[in-house]
Amino acid sequence: MHAAATEVTASLPIAVSYLRYIPLAPLVGVLFHVALGYRLGRRAVGLVACAAVAVSFALAAKAFLTVLGSAAGTVVTDNVYQWLSSGEFTANVTFSVDALSSVMIMVVTGVGFLIHLYSIGYMAHEEDYARFFAYLNLFTAAMLVLVLADNLPLMFVGWEGVGLCSYLLIGFWYTDPEKASAGKKAFLVNRIGDAGFVLGAFTIFWALVDLGQGSLTFATINARAAELPAWASLAGALLLFVGATGKSAQIPLYVWLPDAMAGPTPVSALIHAATMVTAGVYMVARLHGLFEAAPAALQVVGIVGAATALLAATIGIAQTDIKKVLAYSTVSQLGYMFLALGVGAYGAGIFHVMTHAFFKALLFLGAGSVIHGLHDEQDIRRMGGVAQKMPITHATFALGVLAIAGVPGLSGFFSKDEILASAYAGGHFGLWICGVLGASITAFYMTRLYVLTFRGKFRGDHHKWDHAHESPIQMTLPLMVLAALAVVGGYVGVPEVLGGNNAFAEYLAPSVGHHQLGLAAGTELMLMGISVAAALTGIGLAWVMYSKGPDADLILKNKLGGLYQQMREAYNIDAVYDALVVQPLMRASDALWHSVDVRVIDGVANGTAAAVNSAGEGWRRWSTGNVQHYMLTVLVGVAALILALTLSSLIGVAG
Amino acid sequence: MRNALSLLVLTPAIGALLLGAVPNGAEALMRRLSLAVSLVPLAICVWIWSVFDTSRGDFQLVERVGWLPQFGASYMVGIDGISLLLIALTVVLTPIVLIAAAGSVHHRFKGYLVAMLMLESTMLGSLVAIDLLLFYVFWELMLVPMFLIIGIWGGERRVYASIKFLLFTMVGSLPMLAAIIYLAMQHGVGAGQVGNLSFALGDLYGTHLSPVAAQACFLAFFLAFAVKVPMFPLHTWLPDAHVEAPTGGSVILAGVLLKMGTYGFLRFALPLFPEAMVAASYWIGALAVIGIVYGALVAMVQPDMKKLVAYSSVSHLGFVMLGIVSLNTAGVEGAVYQMLNHGVSTGALFLLVGVVYERRHTRLIAEYGGLWKQLPVYAVCFLVVMLSSIGLPGLNGFVGEFLILLGAFRFNHALGAVAASGVVLGAAYMLWMYQRVMFGPVTNEKNLKLTDMTRRELATVLPLIALAFVMGVYPRPFFDVMRASVATTLAHASKATAARDLAAGNQPTAHAAAGASIRVRESPRHVVAEPEGGGAAAPAEDSAVPAAGNGEAH
Repeated sequence: MHAAATEVTASLPIAVSYLRYIPLAPLVGVLFHVALGYRLGRRAVGLVACAAVAVSFALAAKAFLTVLGSAAGTVVTDNVYQWLSSGEFTANVTFSVDALSSVMIMVVTGVGFLIHLYSIGYMAHEEDYARFFAYLNLFTAAMLVLVLADNLPLMFVGWEGVGLCSYLLIGFWYTDPEKASAGKKAFLVNRIGDAGFVLGAFTIFWALVDLGQGSLTFATINARAAELPAWASLAGALLLFVGATGKSAQIPLYVWLPDAMAGPTPVSALIHAATMVTAGVYMVARLHGLFEAAPAALQVVGIVGAATALLAATIGIAQTDIKKVLAYSTVSQLGYMFLALGVGAYGAGIFHVMTHAFFKALLFLGAGSVIHGLHDEQDIRRMGGVAQKMPITHATFALGVLAIAGVPGLSGFFSKDEILASAYAGGHFGLWICGVLGASITAFYMTRLYVLTFRGKFRGDHHKWDHAHESPIQMTLPLMVLAALAVVGGYVGVPEVLGGNNAFAEYLAPSVGHHQLGLAAGTELMLMGISVAAALTGIGLAWVMYSKGPDADLILKNKLGGLYQQMREAYNIDAVYDALVVQPLMRASDALWHSVDVRVIDGVANGTAAAVNSAGEGWRRWSTGNVQHYMLTVLVGVAALILALTLSSLIGVAG
Repeated sequence: MRNALSLLVLTPAIGALLLGAVPNGAEALMRRLSLAVSLVPLAICVWIWSVFDTSRGDFQLVERVGWLPQFGASYMVGIDGISLLLIALTVVLTPIVLIAAAGSVHHRFKGYLVAMLMLESTMLGSLVAIDLLLFYVFWELMLVPMFLIIGIWGGERRVYASIKFLLFTMVGSLPMLAAIIYLAMQHGVGAGQVGNLSFALGDLYGTHLSPVAAQACFLAFFLAFAVKVPMFPLHTWLPDAHVEAPTGGSVILAGVLLKMGTYGFLRFALPLFPEAMVAASYWIGALAVIGIVYGALVAMVQPDMKKLVAYSSVSHLGFVMLGIVSLNTAGVEGAVYQMLNHGVSTGALFLLVGVVYERRHTRLIAEYGGLWKQLPVYAVCFLVVMLSSIGLPGLNGFVGEFLILLGAFRFNHALGAVAASGVVLGAAYMLWMYQRVMFGPVTNEKNLKLTDMTRRELATVLPLIALAFVMGVYPRPFFDVMRASVATTLAHASKATAARDLAAGNQPTAHAAAGASIRVRESPRHVVAEPEGGGAAAPAEDSAVPAAGNGEAH
């Protein structure tokens, strides 16, 4: 079922010792904010936070250029120290940069830097400025550990670390119980995935021990995956994928991501769109050798991805909160990335990780700019005409919309098209159809979002309109840079049929293998035509409908009936989970406590106690007397005993 | 310092006697004196750690003196890596609770400090004893000061709680005494010598017992240790004891006393009755996993913070037991590490609960809310400690939990997988409590007047937080100390373990296989200054032959 050639160029290691500073720099930033942040004030905090990420970016660029400039298959590694060692198991703190991770660190530090910069403006009025940047820096450090790790246990450090920061940042405004709950939900749903991650790692580890090579480095796992017993590679891959569905918000664990929008908007852009949520995609690509060895698992990855892409897109149509639309859009786009992995097109999946990071960070920051400019308005039904007040935000946002919709020439077009073509070429027609359908819906809801926000007349409170303003330069500058990237970012991966050489896929090949489409040029162009047509249909339809305002929702409502209400309520999955998992668990816990602990076990114990009631009587009697005397007597007795015992030794030796 | 261990045990007791001479009312003097006294064992422990030979898995710094020669009982102490780590935990936690005492004990201050120091002596005694009768004496003596601490300085239901504590543990340990005596009488019987009584642990390895006798003895030891751990369903004394105990009592109870149970399994039950323990390992593993899930679920619905932490201990100690019965290196080393982790993080949790209790005199979660705004330093400390407790990588708890689950998964997939759910549940009850206490608006006016942590309170918690980081980032020194000793312990059961794992379809792990070649040895009066050539792998005297030093006892 794979068009992918699995041979990966043998790695050529270059030992260095600077990679450790890539995650360490933001960690130092954290220490600074915690220790001095409240004393030295906002300027210092913002400056240090950005500088720390800038240092990481510079070092990441150095590593990237080394890999780019060296022979294919070069891996830059930094072996720091042995972290864990017990029996057959060892885990080192070793960072490594190959083609795959170099793309990730560039995205994380690059987009991360822009979002740090943006946050200086966005959070300017925030009381807890230092705490915010401490979390943001900590997140960056954890994310960098995640992508730089050369083994699963170390990756898990970053994996849970980003989850922690996500928890802290979603609940940043902790005085609002709803926001605090959203943070907790994110952490717990992720923990379910993490349990899968850990069990998957165990499965693979012990199977490798049986092969005589107990190791959890990615190199070893990929190299020896084919020799693993079939059950071990399948179980291991599926369990790890459970971890991926948690972190990357796929069915069935995607429910935390929409709630995560409770966090400050730059956080949504950085963590819940551009970087952290792609960790699952990265992990599967990193372990492509294992997944190749378990074709059934790969199939599950593809199906879950396609289903998530479609499901989340339908929910996106009916949302009215600007950030919720983007949140479901993110879930949906992540689905596309897994679809790519599932059909063996790892390079295409990572390509989409990158372009998505550009345009989705742009869209979130643009949304943040709108929210900021409209004084915390998030309901698109009460927006409209914002283009007049916020020209830069408007222009950049529009480019983001075109990119995600897959309009030819922009970054999203190239990456999405490569995914769909790969699905078709691999013979996965079902997945391909889901993908095309989803692309059309994406174009539709994104155009709806754009039109309702920026076009037409303002529908909200006129005070808000009067005070509406364009955002300061710290915020618009990142928008412009990201818009540029969203436009040109795709040109590193132009397919041959359009006269390019798909340099991106070529660059990644040593890490994830070559993936040949094997399609005739005519077929490829036809597929391209179909997806462009799908996108344009979506855009056109939404444009026509929503130019008349948000009431166009009624047309859909009439057409779709009850289904539309379901879409608006996100199919009530939360309520279902609550009824099936949370409530039964709470009831069971309560029952266990009151019946087993209190009634059964203590019943037996108290029965026994009643039998020795006289002892209790005695205790009560002398406990009313001079306890101190009694106690001292007892303790002196104990002391005398210890003295007698140990002194005999001391004397015995002395004598 | 050839009597380092005796001095270690003795110093707190002497300090307690000195303290007794301080006139009532001179509280400042008592505070300083008790702290100074408790720093001596800490210093001795540092010295011991520095001379400890990590390549050896047998007992070091052994001291032996005839005690009741006619009964074959001797005063015999010695340590290996496992006991050294627990000793370190004890001598670190004791000064901390003595510092904390000034804030939480408001009457009979001197008596409390005396009891704490006595408790330290008896705990250290239990950890160094390698004669079964001596161990039993310390094991029982340990109950006395803890009983008094709960019964005198406890909360409203202290009488009920202290009697329940005493009842459970005494009933649990009496059969153990019978088993110890039986075992001592059986010593040498196989070799045709009748009446050659011995209580020395080293003499009793491999004592010939009929399978039924071995199982009965194991059951007696199991009962004593399982109550102490505590394992489900023998755990109900713990929540009551914790809720009623003063802060320092809870810290020591959770931090050290519970570990005596898990320590007992490793030090005594496993080496003395390897076949019986291995045969029971699935049952114990199942009880441990029930404890993990049960403790976590019941913790979730507790309205009282201390009770919640108490039930979380049931869950965490379930992990430790699961690691032990995995009987592979990762599982057992993880278990030993988790004993330390639990002492550090649960100790800190109890201290932190004590901080708000001292201000509001309630531990009900519903009484709080929005504390982050009022007490940011407290909230951050609590956050780090909570993360350590729920096993966030980078902090100490993760290392233990990860290795335990790794070992358990090898032992049995189902047990390992169900135990992993405990990691999710553990996060659930902790984060939920944290949210209700720290987040949201301040809903209770009484909380508006709360002040943040004092310097003394920080002095008790910060060392533990620092430890949590060090042990999470750089666990190696701790594993170096325990490695050879864990291998020796496992070697006692290597034959039975290998048979079990083979029957389950697992290839024996490297250590279980290699362990068979490690001979157990015992050299009385062994001091570190004279290392035995060849290191741990070198065959030494056969353990079945009574060691030369035994002659003193006759």
